[in-house]
Amino acid sequence: MTFTLTRRTVLAAAAAALTLGNPAWAEQKVAESIHFLIPGGAGGGWDGTARGTGEALTKAGLVGTASFENMSGGGGGKAIGYLIENADSSHGTLMVNSTPIVIRSLTGVFPHSFRDLTLVAGTIGDYAAIVVGKDSPINSMEDLLKAYQANPRKTAIGGGSVPGGMDHLVAAMVMKAAGEDPTAVKYIPYDAGGKAMAALLSGEISALSTGFSEAVDLANAGEVKIIGVTADERVAAYETAPTMKEQGIDTSFVNWRGFFAAPGLPEAKLAQYQAAIAKMYDTPEWEEVRARNGWVNIHNSGDDFKTFLEGQEKAIGDLMKELGFL
Amino acid sequence: MLEGLLIGLSTAFSLTNILMVIGGCLIGTFIGMLPGLGPMSIIAIMIPVAISLGDPSAALILLAGVYYGAIFGGSTSSILLNAPGVAGTVASSFDGYPMARAGKAGKALTIAAIASFAGGTIGALLLMVFAPALSSVALLFHSAEYFALMVVGLSAIAAFAGTGQVAKAILMTLLGLIMATVGEGALFNMPRFTMGVMDLQSGFSFITLAMAMFALPEALFLVMNPPKAGGNSGEGKIKDLRISRAEARQIAPVIGRQSLQGFFIGVLPGAGATIASFLGYAVERNLSTKEEQAEFGKGSVKGLAAPETANNAACTGSFVPLLTLGIPGSGTTAILLGALVALNVTPGPRLMIDEPQIFWAVIISMYIGNLILLVLNLPLIPYIAKVLEVPRNYLIPFILFFTLMGAYIGQNNATELLILVGFGFCATLLRFADYPLAPLLIGFILGSMLEDNFARSMQLYDGLGFLLERPMTLALLVLAAILVVLPSYRARRARAKADGVAEGD
Repeated sequence: MTFTLTRRTVLAAAAAALTLGNPAWAEQKVAESIHFLIPGGAGGGWDGTARGTGEALTKAGLVGTASFENMSGGGGGKAIGYLIENADSSHGTLMVNSTPIVIRSLTGVFPHSFRDLTLVAGTIGDYAAIVVGKDSPINSMEDLLKAYQANPRKTAIGGGSVPGGMDHLVAAMVMKAAGEDPTAVKYIPYDAGGKAMAALLSGEISALSTGFSEAVDLANAGEVKIIGVTADERVAAYETAPTMKEQGIDTSFVNWRGFFAAPGLPEAKLAQYQAAIAKMYDTPEWEEVRARNGWVNIHNSGDDFKTFLEGQEKAIGDLMKELGFL
Repeated sequence: MLEGLLIGLSTAFSLTNILMVIGGCLIGTFIGMLPGLGPMSIIAIMIPVAISLGDPSAALILLAGVYYGAIFGGSTSSILLNAPGVAGTVASSFDGYPMARAGKAGKALTIAAIASFAGGTIGALLLMVFAPALSSVALLFHSAEYFALMVVGLSAIAAFAGTGQVAKAILMTLLGLIMATVGEGALFNMPRFTMGVMDLQSGFSFITLAMAMFALPEALFLVMNPPKAGGNSGEGKIKDLRISRAEARQIAPVIGRQSLQGFFIGVLPGAGATIASFLGYAVERNLSTKEEQAEFGKGSVKGLAAPETANNAACTGSFVPLLTLGIPGSGTTAILLGALVALNVTPGPRLMIDEPQIFWAVIISMYIGNLILLVLNLPLIPYIAKVLEVPRNYLIPFILFFTLMGAYIGQNNATELLILVGFGFCATLLRFADYPLAPLLIGFILGSMLEDNFARSMQLYDGLGFLLERPMTLALLVLAAILVVLPSYRARRARAKADGVAEGD
């Protein structure tokens, strides 16, 4: 099927597809091109998300061409600032971001927040997990809590983020839900996931707060036991890992990744991007990219995305205040 | 093990995989030679190619080839242009560049090639025999020991403190340590010392600083100090590859020791080629005789062979935690791990059992790769060294172009260029005032690791208790003290002796 569509017909098609929800449109081009702005360097999580999404969208024929631009600086803040400053000329741009935009806006590291941007959609996510070394005597959250109560100073929890960063917040959130004082938990930060892992295996730390997909890789390699996942129900990718909730710790957390556009983006353009992303989930091309990276589909479009972000901002903000970071 | 070896041999010697090794080494070497492009960016570029191959053995062999090709090529830009593109080859420029300046570029590159080959090959042999056993050694090191190891690494600056420069060397080291604190560290929620400048939030980048300290002042120096009319005495020798028998005798034990030492440092996750090269340099300087010590920093063959052997052995060593524990010890191996996972290979204790062909094929390909690098590079050295014969009005713009490109390409951030030029200007002034710039870079590279590990140990032990509770930490700190104090003690004793002779007259 070779169609050459002009920009106008594409727009009309996108609008039609959106209003009618006609599945027959699924294989047709929804947008001519998308320029992905990546706030970090090549090889990171943002980079992989943007390039994987672009690959699936173009291969599935939903988008004509995708281009990518890495703009590091300010831990991601520079790209946000750039998109806002050049809003009028950036209608063809989608910026990838994730949970840190919420955390860093709260701490003021980013002068802007998600409210200054046009929310397109949250596309994928990853739960968080607490893991212990394979030879550790700890086998459940209950064991970890017992060890912690017996000797809080020697039961350190490590993670790959700064204090007040995501891994720390997850550890604090879990300990708080388990009835402990989150400010008393000894959190040891490592600058990269690999070093935190080495510290766990060497016994320097008792448990590690990390992303679930990373934890699954390590569990499959026989290195760690996953003692708790922050999902509401057990995750299909690793059924044996118990959730926090089933162990009586009422907490859940999702590290999302998604896309933002320049403020003041025309409605039609926004609808077009959202339609392209919504259709992407049904394509085999996306399934291939998703499976290769171990991502979990968590789709929040437009207003749902806003509600989700506001909820997360509130939960994280409250916790950070309690921990003394705000 | 023999069975695994046979599987590995049959996998590695397939036509595709041999082509992968050759291709990887070639690409790695040639891109690595460009100043400012380190193995990390080259591997990141090559990953899509490797993944499209589909076969995990072939992909890993290709990427490993690129990796040691890049380290190998990286020393070329360190030696010829004083423009190290990766922290692991900074130490190679300490003596390699003075040798090249003295017209012995061919010899310097030959020594680097042979030292790299020996380091890589002995490393691969150790990897083959000890990998399973060593995975537990890698876990003996806690943050406290890493902190102590960084202190030992800092003792390398003693080499620049010679001839009355002690205060200057210490000052520059401190400046480097201070510069390492800029930006968001691993331990603090807030950016430090950024003065509100958003581009400083991630701190200074290594490449930018290395280019500003070494390559840029060098290029400016070349502009400002035209060679004297008769200064071409080095001509003709540039292409001379021969190493005299005396020199061979000098470097043989260095290569032997540093292959071992470098490999074991490389096994520790997070230490890697950089620490191995600095430590190798410091240790070999201390083991040398007084006459040889005076040569260090001015073109010593030992001073070049030590870091070159050590960094290659360490690169091989870093495959131990990667393959046996699934722990990436460096940024580069972290990217390799990502590629492996994308290929559905999970490195870890079960890799050797579940997929022995991958494990062994990689090790066998390391031998082949090292051999190919040697065979490939020795005949090319005269041509590569000829870079120095390029007329300076062509060479200097070339250096400047790649220096600027290298600083920009890693971050895609034009502010890096301003930082580069600003620091390059300051560095040139410091050079005029005869301040050694290498200690600054050593301080900067080790600074953040030093601080992070120290702070973590303090947190874990609620204070300085780790110094006494962990014997290995104490032992390493004592070693560092010896490495710093011994040379000055020796120098003082020698002076006292000389004075004594004078008095006796």
